[in-house]
Amino acid sequence: MMLTVNLLGLGLIALIVWWFWLYKPKLVKAKNVQDKETSNEGEITVVVEDGVYQPAHISINENNSVRINFIRKDASPCAATVVFPDLDISAELPLNKPLVVPLPAMNKGLYAFHCQMKMYSGSLLVE
Amino acid sequence: MSKIIETDPDPLTQELIIEGAGCASCVGKIETALNEVKGVKHAAMNFALRTVTVAGSVDTAQLIQAVESIGYNATSTQNSSDEELLDEKEVAEQKYYHKLMMQMWVGLGLGVPLMVYGLLGGSMTVNSPLERGVWLFIGLLCVAVMFFAGKHFYVGAYKSFVNHSANMDTLIALGTGTAWLYSMVVVIDPLFVPEMARHVYFEATAMIIGLINLGLALEMKARGRTSEAIKRLIGLQAKTARVIRDQQEVDIAIAQVLLNDSVRVRPGERVAVDGVVFEGATSIDESMLTGEPMPVKKTAGDEVVAGTINKTGSIVFKATRVGKDTALAQIINMVKRAQNSKPPIGRLADLISAYFVPVIMIIAIASAMVWLNFGPEPSIAFAVVSATTVLIIACPCALGLATPMSVMVGVGKAAEAGVLIRNGEALQTSSRITAMVLDKTGTITLGAPKVTDILVVNDMDDNIILGIISSLEAGSEHPLAQAIVESASEKNLALTKVEAFKAIAGRGVQGIVNSDNLFFGNEMLMLEQDIALNKDMIASAQQLASAAKTPMYFAINGKLAAIMAVSDPIKEDSVSAIQRLQGNGIRVVMLTGDNQVKAKAVAEKVGINEFFAEVLPEDKSTKIAELQAQGEIVGMTGDGINDAPALALANVGFAIGTGTDVAIESADVTLMRGSLHGLADAIAISKATLRNIKQNLFGAFIYNVAGVPFAAGILYPFFGMLLSPVIAGAAMAFSSLTVVSNANRLRFFKPKEH
Repeated sequence: MMLTVNLLGLGLIALIVWWFWLYKPKLVKAKNVQDKETSNEGEITVVVEDGVYQPAHISINENNSVRINFIRKDASPCAATVVFPDLDISAELPLNKPLVVPLPAMNKGLYAFHCQMKMYSGSLLVE
Repeated sequence: MSKIIETDPDPLTQELIIEGAGCASCVGKIETALNEVKGVKHAAMNFALRTVTVAGSVDTAQLIQAVESIGYNATSTQNSSDEELLDEKEVAEQKYYHKLMMQMWVGLGLGVPLMVYGLLGGSMTVNSPLERGVWLFIGLLCVAVMFFAGKHFYVGAYKSFVNHSANMDTLIALGTGTAWLYSMVVVIDPLFVPEMARHVYFEATAMIIGLINLGLALEMKARGRTSEAIKRLIGLQAKTARVIRDQQEVDIAIAQVLLNDSVRVRPGERVAVDGVVFEGATSIDESMLTGEPMPVKKTAGDEVVAGTINKTGSIVFKATRVGKDTALAQIINMVKRAQNSKPPIGRLADLISAYFVPVIMIIAIASAMVWLNFGPEPSIAFAVVSATTVLIIACPCALGLATPMSVMVGVGKAAEAGVLIRNGEALQTSSRITAMVLDKTGTITLGAPKVTDILVVNDMDDNIILGIISSLEAGSEHPLAQAIVESASEKNLALTKVEAFKAIAGRGVQGIVNSDNLFFGNEMLMLEQDIALNKDMIASAQQLASAAKTPMYFAINGKLAAIMAVSDPIKEDSVSAIQRLQGNGIRVVMLTGDNQVKAKAVAEKVGINEFFAEVLPEDKSTKIAELQAQGEIVGMTGDGINDAPALALANVGFAIGTGTDVAIESADVTLMRGSLHGLADAIAISKATLRNIKQNLFGAFIYNVAGVPFAAGILYPFFGMLLSPVIAGAAMAFSSLTVVSNANRLRFFKPKEH
């Protein structure tokens, strides 16, 4: 009996490690504006609700600027600010009103964005 | 001309501001163009206001395009102003606060009676069919509480989970969920657990939900106060402006003020946009932006800044910066940005919070396993209690809030004192500065040379002498000559015609005025012209020189008439500000292009022991590098124009602005007030903020580091103590509140004046 319980506990711990740290999240690609392949501007809508950005992990093409349209549906003050620390950009998101945050073209790399307290977090992969 | 808009239930009415419409005939053209856009029901232009109101469901961009296609510019007024956004935010927050408070009452409404019952010795165990029935009912009541008062925790936890992330919601949902689930198992199938462990914890679930909602509500109230400074800045924006269009004065919303509009400001009114005065004279209170308490005189040609208050006179000015371009709008923007940026000290907390929640989950499981394996009976009950308590007591929020809350308050506080801090890093480095380099001209001194002394040798009047010398100097290009001419014009002295003007390089000037033969220049010039200088005169001149002034001799028809001294006066409060810096243990160094004697005189006057003289503008950064090589953390203060490279190289570059130059790019910190006290304030505020952040981080770390083992039951083997999940809930709810309240203490920080 104890053996089963212990194995169950260890299994749960392993599951936590895998689910929260080892799992590589799926990326959602920012669409080019007006679906033109030649456009240098990407566009994506991110919904801020219930503790998560949806989508939270976004990929964009190198040298593309991108417009992220945030729609905040969560009244909690945590959700109110989005910060892109590497780009020195931040925005106050109004409740239930879209707000476009334009980002400049970036070099290849991973750029995080999050709320002030990092309870909401997401990333931009420039490739 | 313009059509009347019918009352239309269609809410889609939008307003555009039209630029470039100079004549009444444009109205018809613009209205026609807009009416042709598909979906437009009516378009009506108000020519006086240069606005057009469009009814119909149509995209704003299309309307703008239509106006642009016929050669005008249009902008939408839809972009809500900062003030509207702020109002909306406050309404939303108020609503959310009430919701949280309601949820708190729901949670405590069930939790408190249950807890009181337990404390009074009521049985919380399930031993008889009657007890089972009653507890089943309460368990279901608890589900209702979880749904109505705690739904946001569970939904948030679920959504985060499917997104492979975890946050505070996860911990609360798991903690309360575990307590509830265990209790339900006891109620539904008591035989599944040993007799001693047939205890229910519904009160914990309800209490925790209630307390955490309370904590969130109070935290939100407290957070509102952290943004007081930015609210005050936004409140400085005037709502309307009185513009003069077509010879008529009209009051319009400030969003509609266009570039080059003539704006009238009456006494007591706020300046609506930035501009240059062309009519009238007044004094304006700029303290809200620059921290400078004295009102500033304004006449034609002077700049006025949005947000400042007109005191006495009435003026008309031409708008030079409107909307998002005004200095005030830029200040608001910069402060907002800085408030959301994080100083390096917060990075560790960020790193920890990225792993925090899953680690706590692992600790909770591990703790339960230890209890099950080694704990006394009923070990399963202990395991459940300890896991629940660990999950509930851990508070990632306090850790996450520690830095940003203090930065919000500190940067805002600085802005109130006329100090604009670019980002969190500048804030942190400012608090560690060990050496401060001050540029002399414009920083310690006013940067505008003035005639300071006129020692008359004969019986002529001061002003007559100043008038003659400035007539003579009017033709000279020397910078000191300019100061003399300005002094004369300040006193409204008329210039007379000069004949036979000649500049003598390295000596001075000569000329003939009213048939008098004049020489004005240095000692050498007098010697060469055989003009007698007595000992007293030479002594006075030397005295002037050692007081950091430049003495010059003036002779009429071969006789010495006066000694005039010109100097760049030291700002009134430079000495006391420098003392404040030195009092903080900062090594103050002066930098100047002047010669050794003059540099020494200025340095002595302001109490600086160390100075670099004869430094060419391009060598300023070399001096900064020298100090850095000595291991100093160097701050550099200058006007931000000539010394941009030095400002950029210094660990923190401070630019002394003039109230309107907010966007000095090379500077990490912009001082809007000319006084060096702004610099001392900036350092004092950064030190206070950093101290506050450290207190917060320390508090949050200690809370979690001590709370979690305690919750896991580390004290049980020694003292038989195990923390109740309800106490953990209360501690967790108030830990974030403590951090926010501590940050709020900074609001009362006052830098020591003078």
